[in-house]
Amino acid sequence: MNEGRKLLFQALVLVTGIIFLVKLFSIQVLDTRYEDLANSNAILKQIEYPARGLIYDRNGKLLVYNTPEFDLLAIAREMDDFDSAKFCDVFDISSEELRQRFAEMKKRREYSPFKPTLLIDKLSNYDFAKIQDNLDEFKGLYIQARTTRGYASPSLANALGYVSEISKTQLERDSTHVYRQGDYIGQSGIEAYYEEHLRGTRGVRYKLRNVKGIEKGSFRNGEYDTLSVPGKDLVTGIDLDLQLYGEFLMQGKAGSIVAIEPATGEILSLISGPSYDPNLLTGKKYSSNFVLISSDTNKPLFNRPIMAQYRPGSIFKIAQAMVALQQKAISPDTRIPCDRSIIACHGTHSYEDLRGAIANSCNPYFHNVLRRVINKGIENDPYKDSRIGLAAWNKDMTSFGFGGKLGIDLPNEKDGLIPYPEYYDRAYNSPAWKFSNIYSLAIGEGENLVVPLQMANFAATVANRGYYYAPHIVKDIGEEGPLPTYNTKNYTTIDPAHFQVAVDAMQFVVEAGTGQWRAKLPDVIVCGKTGSVQNEPRPDHSVFIAFAPRDNPRIAISVYVEYSGQGGRAAASIASLMIEKYLYGQTKRPHIEQYVLNGEFLY
Amino acid sequence: MRRELDISSNLDWITILLFGVMVFMGWLNIYAAVYDEEVNQSIWDFSLNSGRQLLFIITAIVLIAIIVILDMRFYETFGYLIYGSTLLLLILVFFIGKEVGGNKAWIGIGSFGGQPSEFAKVATALALAKYIGAVGFKMDRMRNQIILLGMIAIPMGLILLQKDTGTALVFGAFIFVLFREGMSPFLLIMGMAAALIFVLTLFVTNEYYLHAGIGVVLILLILLGKKTVKRIAILTIGALLIAGVIESVDYIITDVLKPHQQNRIKALVNPDADPLGYGWNVTQSKIAIGSGGFFGKGFLKGTQTKFDFVPEQSTDFIFCTIGEEHGWVGSFIVVVLFIVFLLRLIYLAERQKNRFARTFAYGVVSIFFFHFAVNIGMTIGLFPVIGIPLPFFSYGGSSLWGFTILLFVLLKLDAHRSQLLQRV
Repeated sequence: MNEGRKLLFQALVLVTGIIFLVKLFSIQVLDTRYEDLANSNAILKQIEYPARGLIYDRNGKLLVYNTPEFDLLAIAREMDDFDSAKFCDVFDISSEELRQRFAEMKKRREYSPFKPTLLIDKLSNYDFAKIQDNLDEFKGLYIQARTTRGYASPSLANALGYVSEISKTQLERDSTHVYRQGDYIGQSGIEAYYEEHLRGTRGVRYKLRNVKGIEKGSFRNGEYDTLSVPGKDLVTGIDLDLQLYGEFLMQGKAGSIVAIEPATGEILSLISGPSYDPNLLTGKKYSSNFVLISSDTNKPLFNRPIMAQYRPGSIFKIAQAMVALQQKAISPDTRIPCDRSIIACHGTHSYEDLRGAIANSCNPYFHNVLRRVINKGIENDPYKDSRIGLAAWNKDMTSFGFGGKLGIDLPNEKDGLIPYPEYYDRAYNSPAWKFSNIYSLAIGEGENLVVPLQMANFAATVANRGYYYAPHIVKDIGEEGPLPTYNTKNYTTIDPAHFQVAVDAMQFVVEAGTGQWRAKLPDVIVCGKTGSVQNEPRPDHSVFIAFAPRDNPRIAISVYVEYSGQGGRAAASIASLMIEKYLYGQTKRPHIEQYVLNGEFLY
Repeated sequence: MRRELDISSNLDWITILLFGVMVFMGWLNIYAAVYDEEVNQSIWDFSLNSGRQLLFIITAIVLIAIIVILDMRFYETFGYLIYGSTLLLLILVFFIGKEVGGNKAWIGIGSFGGQPSEFAKVATALALAKYIGAVGFKMDRMRNQIILLGMIAIPMGLILLQKDTGTALVFGAFIFVLFREGMSPFLLIMGMAAALIFVLTLFVTNEYYLHAGIGVVLILLILLGKKTVKRIAILTIGALLIAGVIESVDYIITDVLKPHQQNRIKALVNPDADPLGYGWNVTQSKIAIGSGGFFGKGFLKGTQTKFDFVPEQSTDFIFCTIGEEHGWVGSFIVVVLFIVFLLRLIYLAERQKNRFARTFAYGVVSIFFFHFAVNIGMTIGLFPVIGIPLPFFSYGGSSLWGFTILLFVLLKLDAHRSQLLQRV
């Protein structure tokens, strides 16, 4: 009886089997999601962080190094008998903060109760030493070491830049997908500019792990693993002693000092005042310090040597002279009366040749020189003639590296401005402008803008008698020399013969002119030029450019000291002290040093 | 003497071959499940489950020899005695049992141990077969049905008290046997309908849709069939009962089931709700099987099972290893092996002329089917997680021996089918 019921059993077996096969087909073959899930379960991608490249000064002194920093990780599953009171005691944090840390930890995207997750980050070596002995009393807490930057001396902050965790926007912009959340990246200075060289190549190891996160050997015998390559060391042209001395002189002042080795374009010192201690922007206190520094009204993060755009002032007269000579508007012997009805002047001179005009910084002379350059009478219409003259002037002037970026190996370099015809068309909203509208250019005022780096580079160009190497901080990347662009000589459009006139004049400025007694050094011929950039109603900026020795110069320098009067005072003193320090390793003029240090220059 | 010579040729070698293949595959996969590349132990290593499973297999072969050598009448004659002794063992477990994995179902003497519940399946199948196979047995007598249900319920209840819910549920499979031997399908249908509606209620959040559906079906049934008062009354009562089941689902889930059981049902409905908590087993099991792809990752190359992402990977979740390392092809082979095996057993059952033998055979079929359906079903997320082994594949002595005894008693009876008196 009931034989028919066997069919029901057979059907049940078949239907069940077929349902299983279909479901299996769907999850094993059709749905590829599970494979990724399995990989993220069992394959741990371990990044091997390479050591970031070190940074040295020109004499092999260490400027930037790596220092260990510790992150405290926690595996929630293992923290059953966690004694929070004791933890707070050992780690010196409040129970409120601890609660907050745990809440943050659990919110993290990568959080899993089985895996170590970041609890407290950036413990310094000192912090770590304090807690090390007590660590084994807490189950489920682990220490992970990584490196952060350390700075050998509290100087050069703006040039070196700083390193911090990559930001969200940077991470999104990173099309190469090199970085991951939590990675350190150079944020400014040469840390940012040479990021690719410094960071090295990260290694990746694929590890198998079990459900508890414990490693179970390599994935496919390391077939996909790569080794990490440490970052390249950088050697800068910076002379640390000179840099420190410059910063010492600039204390209490706003401004900049740029010193360049003319023969190579290597920057010997790059001082921005006021500055900050680069060690403030490392480790645990980074965030709070950054807020303090970036909101300081003295703008310590503003890298003046390459970012501050000033009117050049009288130092520009050297360049004017050379452009005029090149364009045959004057000769070195051209004498022009000092007619103070046109433009104000200073001193007692009355009818100088070119050298005397430079030495006395004669304003009417250069007013006249520029008129000769701008209005050569090529066109009868003064508007058209001025236009042609300005274009020719601009071409020669920009060949010194003015009006555009020199290409220093730092981010955020500013252009400055050398006016050109279209610039005034826009400014006056018509082409109806002529020499009388633009004559302030003659004495480095008006619309001219330069950055201190360009002025130092100009001094180096005069020192080289006609060419320059783009100024750069790093002279060697991993023993392979500097970036190729820094091996190129850039010639000006000026005949080298005319530079001899400029050199003579600058020597005369120091020996007998406005720069006289504070810039002069006993055993070496210093060539320089003062400048006093007008800032009505506030005091002038004190400016000085110089190079020395006169023949085979070893250092070219520009000094800007904001709101501190005549160039012959603060700026000339600082420049000569820097030259003395660099050439002789020490300074022997304490009265000048005291004058610089005690002067009230920061208004 | 002729009978003794014939015994080997009378055994059903197709089934024995299937049995051998499955046990061998099971053994390899147990090794794969516990294999650790770093330690690299051999499959023979007795510190591994695979090494111990080999011992169990050898012991099972000894058991087979004993079963085949014993007189075929032994099983029917001593059916009740075996049943009674097993019940005694099940009770004894409460006093001298060891707790293993949350279940107090383990009985041990020295280093030897076993789970009486596994053998209770054999004993119950024998006792049911003996009762049904008795001369003059009539299924439609209410007294008989109650006695039979009682014979199933007693071991089931004892095992439930040991907190081994999975094994207890297996005894429910014996309802199939009663059904095959003439019991009204009412109980079976009601049970299945209740289970179906139970699950439906979990998936359909608004229970009023279900009530409305039942109302529509009720009206259709009344209109389509004979409109006698009795029929309408039965249908209406049935519909009300089902509505009651729906209303009680919530009560059962929250008040009757233990939290871990509630979670297993919740995980079935929505494993993603808490993949690290109650959804862990189902999620990880599906990841392991799903990541196998078409051809699998290769023998010993699985990562999910080996690194303990899948729980109980050599026992209840052994199918994950197969799915992960051998892909859909491997899963296909295993599922088809079981289909062929079960169809063969149904064929064997049907060719029994003796009612005792046939009833016992269906008991065997029902138990194997239940294990197969529930075990694989749970690993791929079609059933709630119920901890019962996959026959011949899962690691474990008691379960292997239990299944071997079930199968070979059947084969022994089958070998002598022409000698057994036809009593139906």
